[in-house]
Amino acid sequence: MRGATHAKWAACAAAVALAATACGGGGGDSGGDSGGVLSSSWGDPQNPLEPANTNEVQGGKVLDMIFRNLKKYDPKTGEAKDMLAEKIETSDSQTYDITVKDGWTFSNGEKVTAQSFVDAWNYGASLKNNQRNAYFFAYIDGYDKVHPEDGGDQSADRLSGLKVTGERTFTVKLNQKFSSFPDTLGYNAFAPLPKAFFDDHDAWLQKPVGNGPYQVDNYTRGNQMSLRTWDQYPGDDKAQNGGVDLKVYTDNNTAYTDLIAGNLDLVDDVPAAQLKNVKNDLGDRYINTPAGIIQTLAFPFYDGDWNKSGSEKVRKGLSMAIDRKQITDTIFQQTRTPATDWTSPVLGEDGGYKAGLCGDACDYNPEEAKKLVKDGGGLPGGQVKITYNADTGSHKQWVDAVCNSINNALDNDRACVGNPVGTFADFRSQITDRKMSGPFRAGWQMDYPLIQNFLQPLYYTNASSNDGKWSNQEFDDLVDKANGQTDEAEAVKTFQQAEEVVRDNMAAIPLWYQNGSAGYSDRLTDVELNPFSVPVYNEIKVS
Amino acid sequence: MGRYVVRRLLQMIPVFIGATLLIFLMVNVMGDPVAGLCGDRECDPATAAQLRKEFGLDKPVWQQYLTYMGNVFTGDFGTAFNGQPVTELMGTAFPVTIRLTIIAILFEIVVGIVLGVVTGLRRGRPVDTGVLLLTLVVISVPTFVTGLLLQLLLGVKWGWIDPAVSSEAPFDELIVPGLVLASVSLAYVTRLTRTSIAENRRSDYVRTAIAKGLPRHRVITRHLLRNSLIPVVTFIGTDIGALMGGAIVTERIFNIHGVGYQLYQGILRQNTQTVVGFVTVLVLVFLVANLVVDLLYAVLDPRIRYA
Repeated sequence: MRGATHAKWAACAAAVALAATACGGGGGDSGGDSGGVLSSSWGDPQNPLEPANTNEVQGGKVLDMIFRNLKKYDPKTGEAKDMLAEKIETSDSQTYDITVKDGWTFSNGEKVTAQSFVDAWNYGASLKNNQRNAYFFAYIDGYDKVHPEDGGDQSADRLSGLKVTGERTFTVKLNQKFSSFPDTLGYNAFAPLPKAFFDDHDAWLQKPVGNGPYQVDNYTRGNQMSLRTWDQYPGDDKAQNGGVDLKVYTDNNTAYTDLIAGNLDLVDDVPAAQLKNVKNDLGDRYINTPAGIIQTLAFPFYDGDWNKSGSEKVRKGLSMAIDRKQITDTIFQQTRTPATDWTSPVLGEDGGYKAGLCGDACDYNPEEAKKLVKDGGGLPGGQVKITYNADTGSHKQWVDAVCNSINNALDNDRACVGNPVGTFADFRSQITDRKMSGPFRAGWQMDYPLIQNFLQPLYYTNASSNDGKWSNQEFDDLVDKANGQTDEAEAVKTFQQAEEVVRDNMAAIPLWYQNGSAGYSDRLTDVELNPFSVPVYNEIKVS
Repeated sequence: MGRYVVRRLLQMIPVFIGATLLIFLMVNVMGDPVAGLCGDRECDPATAAQLRKEFGLDKPVWQQYLTYMGNVFTGDFGTAFNGQPVTELMGTAFPVTIRLTIIAILFEIVVGIVLGVVTGLRRGRPVDTGVLLLTLVVISVPTFVTGLLLQLLLGVKWGWIDPAVSSEAPFDELIVPGLVLASVSLAYVTRLTRTSIAENRRSDYVRTAIAKGLPRHRVITRHLLRNSLIPVVTFIGTDIGALMGGAIVTERIFNIHGVGYQLYQGILRQNTQTVVGFVTVLVLVFLVANLVVDLLYAVLDPRIRYA
């Protein structure tokens, strides 16, 4: 076990070098049942590590380990279950009375109270704190005062909809009916924050303090974060290992090589280039499970060419010209599944996933495709350009494949070309500036496992991720109706009706559902990915 | 000499300003970086405006540049998007890359010059042909191929090294990456030295030295090598800057968190502060290295004198 000892040695060296706790502290002495420390690949978080400021997977991973919220999404089913919430009650889907469980503390000893939540949410919503996820609080009454959308001066520091009514109780008043609001509370933006966060913000960022099963032992930004099991953690999902060392890798190929060489225990992003070898290299230590991610092609509805009568036929024709099965098999080695609706299989049937909702429009059918495009008035300008960012992911490969498929189906070599943009930031700014002239890559990773999250942010008029600026009154009305329904099954059904409106207009072409993929060393057991494609670290056992 | 140095230092100012301005404009042309900060969704306009204000992106470019340069002179290189001061990034990245560069330069000097001298003295012999062929191969194979191959063979198959360098990046872990980084330049140094030695071997002063009856090693080191080193020193001097800035490929392969990696991240995230800050320092390194090279000429060849 050369690799194992080596990794441990490196971890110790890091700890000693930084004069932090002694090496045994996390691993050996911590109460018997927790085992060794595992190492896992990581990427440098893009934004400062604060709950309401973290909107990508890498930072989210850490928040998952050091925070527990009112709700927690079940790692297997994705169902939102009470965590810190003793009860969340409402009579009208608009005002919620929340009681926080007793006995919870932050790892620095502070009690988790109703105030911890209210302070954190107020901080997250306030414009002056620049939190990237501030819009999560937009449903709460008074949001327009603390976060004026027009960029004017904020006239309040605290959300008027939040009221602390006791040490462990508070009420939330929303500005509209939103029956699935409690289910959103598992999202990291809603995490409670200790007083230490507000007292010395810089120190907190250097070494975040939360209330989850792990605590940060030391954090060298851009290099490594060592998390160790928090012995006094009161929850029932205690960590089964001694801790996790998250190591930043410059390239996921290097991380994979390190795993193969035995110097790393867990890689949660198997690089596309290695998918062919991964089964040989790792056998059943390779995980490939569905995640709440869907890839689509969006259209610029602000462009007259894509928003005239008949153009829905062109969009449907394009959709039928894409051979999803072939592309997911050859390019993605079956780590994607051809999409047949606009949500994700991780929602489950009760949650709103409906296989085949898309119907014929998502089946490969070159003849029908050709006919539909012709009926719809042909391709605008005679050619579609699919815009994508070329810097990350392997977008070029699949965009080229999609174009190939379209060209073959339409019998026209020039029907479709890829249009690469250098960086993600530039790609995003072209979208924001409404400069798209044809379909473009759109991906959606869910924030929480609700059908609402796959539809409202993407297709509701002027919603935060409605990049194509699609607008449809019928859809909006159905979403509003669904949000007002207190019966869950009823709400899901209404959301599916709204999804049918998306289908009939082909507001975006669904391509495929993305899987999470991970590989691990033979030291580990019980490795699983949750529906967000993040490893369930606290369940992992180290031998 | 003193006046020469002062003149050269003064000349650096316009080069420095020009280079930073160019980089500044280039990064700005790439578009609005704030758009990428919110992931696959639009930042809400108020937050976006606030972020732009925080990073000074709401002002005209010339004003941003002036403010930036003003701050640089007080040692403030701004803040990266993840909230870390750029100087802190530099503080972690530069020591690592400097270590890597030192190893690479040592390889170039020791291996490159020795091989060059050996082949230069034995022109046309099997040793010479062999080394020539070898350097040709090294020059024609791209760095990432050599890097990945060595990583796979030494790191995974034979287990002699760790495929990835740890975050402390001590000297011993950087030997193989340093060799990879140096490889192409090393081949050039060998060839340059070889040609130069072969040429000077026939010159009058060498014949005189041999005729005087000086021992062979003294002829080679004091007379032949000293004069032959001028082109080589020029090359190595400019190479210092090139190695530091051009280590992106090597650093990515071996997981080294150095300058190349930070620059790459900065460009991907369109983070003007990071990119311009690092490039500014690299420009300085380049300029100083060039100055040192020019001053070394006078040491190597006393005929070269600066008034």
